[in-house]
Amino acid sequence: MARAGLAGTLRWLVVFGAFALGAWLQARGTIPAILGHSQDVTYLIRQHLTLAAISGAIALVVGIPLGIVLTRPRFEIFADAVTQIVNLGTTIPTLALLAIAMSFLGIGSPPAIFALFVLTLLPIVLNTIAGLRSVPQHLIEAARGMGMTPGQILRRVELPNAVFVILAGVRTAFAINIGTVPLAFLIGGGGLGELIFTGIDLMEPSMLLAGAIPTALLAVLIDFLIGQIQFWLVPKGVNPLR
Amino acid sequence: MIRLEQVSKHFGTMIAVDRIDMEVPAGAVCVMLGPSGCGKTTTMKMINRLIPPTSGRIYVDGKDTAAVDEVALRRSIGYVIQQIGLFPNMTIEENICVVPDLLGWPAAKSRKRAAELLDMVNLDPSVFLKRYPKQLSGGQQQRVGVVRALAADPPVLLMDEPFGAIDPINREVIQDEFMKLQAELKKTIVFVSHDIDEAVKMASRIAIFRDGKLIQYDTPDNILAHPIDAFVSEFVGSDRTLKRLRLIKVTDAMMAEPPRVRAEDTLDTAVKLMDEHGHVSIVMVGPRGRARGVVRLEEARERKGTVGEHQEPLPGVVNIRDDLRTAVSQMFTHGVTWLACVDDDGFYKGYVTQKSITQVLGATYRES
Ligand SMILES: Nc1ncnc2c1ncn2[C@@H]1O[C@H](COP(=O)(O)OP(=O)(O)OP(=O)(O)O)[C@@H](O)[C@H]1O
Ligand SMILES: [Mg+2]
Repeated sequence: MARAGLAGTLRWLVVFGAFALGAWLQARGTIPAILGHSQDVTYLIRQHLTLAAISGAIALVVGIPLGIVLTRPRFEIFADAVTQIVNLGTTIPTLALLAIAMSFLGIGSPPAIFALFVLTLLPIVLNTIAGLRSVPQHLIEAARGMGMTPGQILRRVELPNAVFVILAGVRTAFAINIGTVPLAFLIGGGGLGELIFTGIDLMEPSMLLAGAIPTALLAVLIDFLIGQIQFWLVPKGVNPLR
Repeated sequence: MIRLEQVSKHFGTMIAVDRIDMEVPAGAVCVMLGPSGCGKTTTMKMINRLIPPTSGRIYVDGKDTAAVDEVALRRSIGYVIQQIGLFPNMTIEENICVVPDLLGWPAAKSRKRAAELLDMVNLDPSVFLKRYPKQLSGGQQQRVGVVRALAADPPVLLMDEPFGAIDPINREVIQDEFMKLQAELKKTIVFVSHDIDEAVKMASRIAIFRDGKLIQYDTPDNILAHPIDAFVSEFVGSDRTLKRLRLIKVTDAMMAEPPRVRAEDTLDTAVKLMDEHGHVSIVMVGPRGRARGVVRLEEARERKGTVGEHQEPLPGVVNIRDDLRTAVSQMFTHGVTWLACVDDDGFYKGYVTQKSITQVLGATYRES
């Protein structure tokens, strides 16, 4: 009850803050200026989302199966080594990562997608492994004892019981991804970074905001969507949200 | 039904199970007992091939288990693990239907079966079918765990301490429920327990393990009456004679066709009958033979009148289907040395005395 109250207050504060900010910007004539960029913005949002979607999708397609494989008995011994390597990938500063990607993939979207992919991969792999490992051993034994094949155990017992943790990883991963896409501009990858960095260079706040506000909104929107997926996709019996 | 021949399991240099020979006949309940780490679970898991034996052969229903497909084998054997192991992502209904679904039963058939099974263990299907395991109490989960193993009607059940996680009172209730089910279903059951009382109650055979070896394999009464060595006798406890009382029914220790009198009989008749049988009291029955009261010899001798005038209430009766533990407990409660035995309708069937009980217990002791 107290928590709901607090969350409610917080929500009103945010709404009120946004409103006040909007009023202030309107008064300074910034909003019309921002809206002046709307054509660029729609084009760049599409580019921004394409970068995020492609790199995110590759990370999902690689990360989840990689996590699954690394929890199979036969490959379990590699799990620690692989997570160490992936971990190393994320300790590299994002800018350095972009620079490295550029040095062998050149300029444009491929190196940007690659760098974003590396960033997104880690939380997905780590959470897939953590989620699958958190499935109690006795459940797997019960499933085996009842005559499930390894594939059936994975699909009917392990994944459903791990999916909440896996999706939590996906949520974090995509939040990082979408927030990092603006940097792609630095190596010619496009996206909303174009408005942000150009705005900074030209000391033109309306341009900067025309890039920054959609970036922030996209991050919030994606987070909300994955939250919804998490809410509805995770079986009720193992869903702490329901 | 289940036969183990020289079965061993080594974990590295450690011998967990050492050349076990054991046969569980169809319809029998074999309870494996022994101290922690003696190899009970390992032996059980070798039967459904969760653990491959190092050597030896295991036959289920005449077939060498090593020769059949392990997945098919497991689907034909009900399995209850110690931790219950209900799948939290599935409803109770889905949990019960796991094996029927694996076997490709039509959904209508398996769902109907799930409802029936829940009903059998006194859980209302309309309430519980759609619930998730976390919405059930521990005891309710354990019942679901047991009926889940019965879902596809397998002839063989393996149960690893299935009632271990329940408090003693509920455990007795579930044990009774389970024995009632078993009397109907006649499954061949291998049951791991660490509780000698549970074993005595459920088992048709008890297997006592120690350090991976099968020390004694016999009926509960023989295990209690003739422990093979000091280890077994210590394991079954110094009160083993008391435990045996549970195994013997009143009928088996009862003197049948007892003398009796009616209310209208004279005290003379009563005294004569008592002298004839060497008894110090006699039961009075009603017109149709229900036990009504008792006349004591010291009261009746030297007196005139009818039995009806001098009878006293019976100091305690016991049902012929009760076990001797109940009978003995009644004797101590009422401070008497004998009890009248009646059937479900109250008809007087016979009497038990401390002596007759001692004799029944002694019968097996003397055999050896
Ligand atoms: N996978 C394994 N690897 C090595 N040793 C094992 C393994 N499984 C069991 N053991 C050992 O084998 C012995 C028998 O184990 P088991 O689980 O059969 O005992 P148990 O009789 O079921 O005991 P409890 O009553 O505690 O359940 C133990 O000493 C145990 O440590
Ligand atoms: Mg065990």
